[in-house]
Amino acid sequence: MSQFSASEVERHIGQFLAARVNDDVPVDRDLFASGLVSSMFAMELVVFLEQAFALEILGEDLKRDNFRTIRSMTDLVLRLQPAETHAEA
Amino acid sequence: MTATAKVVKCLVWDLDNTLWKGTLVEDGDVVLDEQIRDLIAELDRRGILQSVASKNDHDNAWAKLEALGVADYFVLPRISWNPKSAAVAEIAAELNFALDVIAFVDDQPTERAEVQFHHPEVRCYAAEQLGEIAARPEFRPATVTADAGNRRKMYQAGFRRKAAEAEFRGPSEDFLRTLGMVMRIDRATEADLSRVEELTLRTSQMNATGVHYHRAELTALVDDPDHEVLVTSLSDRFGPHGAVGLVLMAKHARVWHIRLLATSCRVVAFGVGSTLLNWLADEGARTGVHLLADFLPTTRNRMMDVAYRFAGFTDDHCDCRTEPKPAELPDLRRLHLIPSPTDPPATLTLHAVSLTGAPAGRS
Repeated sequence: MSQFSASEVERHIGQFLAARVNDDVPVDRDLFASGLVSSMFAMELVVFLEQAFALEILGEDLKRDNFRTIRSMTDLVLRLQPAETHAEA
Repeated sequence: MTATAKVVKCLVWDLDNTLWKGTLVEDGDVVLDEQIRDLIAELDRRGILQSVASKNDHDNAWAKLEALGVADYFVLPRISWNPKSAAVAEIAAELNFALDVIAFVDDQPTERAEVQFHHPEVRCYAAEQLGEIAARPEFRPATVTADAGNRRKMYQAGFRRKAAEAEFRGPSEDFLRTLGMVMRIDRATEADLSRVEELTLRTSQMNATGVHYHRAELTALVDDPDHEVLVTSLSDRFGPHGAVGLVLMAKHARVWHIRLLATSCRVVAFGVGSTLLNWLADEGARTGVHLLADFLPTTRNRMMDVAYRFAGFTDDHCDCRTEPKPAELPDLRRLHLIPSPTDPPATLTLHAVSLTGAPAGRS
C-alpha cells in the first residue's frame, strides 16, 4: 500500500474541497466556523478521505476536531495510513 | 415477499381517449369526464403521483390540461412524439422510483405493449379499467397521512428547488441561505402520530437505530410526561417539505436520553439533522443535563454515526450513563455529550418549543 506524503494529502483534500465549495480553501480555515456543516457534507468528507487514502475512519476518530481544517484532516490521514500500524480501539 | 400488491407510487396517463374523450389534434375539442376528474383528485389525495406520457404537441396538450383545470395534478409530463417506454423510464428516473411502482394507462394496446416490452415491471392498464382503478389494492396505500395529500406539491417544490440550485453558482451554504428555510420543532400531538410513524418507517440512512415504532407505542410516549416526542417540519420559498424529522427522548434527572433520531433523506443536505442535534445540545446545556444518544449500526445509517460524532458525541464514560435502563439490544451503542450552548443556525430560521423548565404550551 503506497504511503501519501503530507503535502500530497493536503493537495488532494484541498482539491476536493475547492470543487465542493467552488472556492480555494486555506489549509487552516475552520470549515465549521462559517456555520453549519450538514450531515451529508460530513459524510462526503469522511467517505472521500476513506476512498482517496484507502483507510477506515471509525469511532472516536470521527470526532469533529479531526475534520475542522485541511491540516487536521491531513494529520488524521497520516496517522491512519495503512502502513502505519496503529491499534484501533 | 408477500402476496399483497406493491402500492403504485406514480400513475402515468395517456391523454387522447384515455384521460379525455377525443383526439386533440383531430377533434380540437375534447371532454374530461367527471369520473376521471374525481379519480385524478382521489389518487392525488392518496399521495399517488401522476404524470403524462402522450404523443401530442406539447404546448397544445398542456394548454388543454390547464383549460380543463387539472394541469397542476401532473408532475414531469412527457408530451412528445418519442416512444412511451422512454417517457415512462424518464419519469421514473427523475422521481427516483423503481419501475415496479410505476403504472401506465393507455387506450392503445400497442402503446401498452411497447411499454411492457421494454419495462416488464411497469403495471399497464387499459383505459376501460380506469373505473375500477381506485378500488384496486395497488392503488390503496395502507395509511393516508396528512403529508400524503401534499406529496405532489412537495415534489413540485422539489423540482423548482433543483432547478434553482442548478442555476446557482457558489458555495452550497450560500445557496442554502437563498432558500429562506424555516424549520419548526414541536411536541407531537395525537394528530401527528401517523406522520411520526411513517417517518420511523421511511427513514433508513438517517435513522439512528433502525427501530420502527408503532402507533400504540408512540401514543404511550406522547402521553408520558418523562418523554419528549418531537416532530420537525421544514418549508422554504418553494413550498413545504412536510414532516422531516423526529426525536424520541426520555428525560432523566441528569441526562436526556435520545432513543431515536431520524430525519428524512430528502433533507439531509439542508442540514436538518445537524440543526436538530445542535438545538438539542443547546436545550440540554440550558437545562444542565448531559445527553446520551442510542446508535445501532445498520448497513445504511453510517451517516447518523458521523452526524453524532461531528456534533461532539463520544464513547466516554460518565456517571450519567447509569440513569437510563441498560440497552436491550447487544450491538446498541450509547454516545455521550456534555453539551454546551450553541449558536442558532446560520442557514435557516428555527422556531422551536422550549424543553427547559416547565412544560411549554403545545403552540
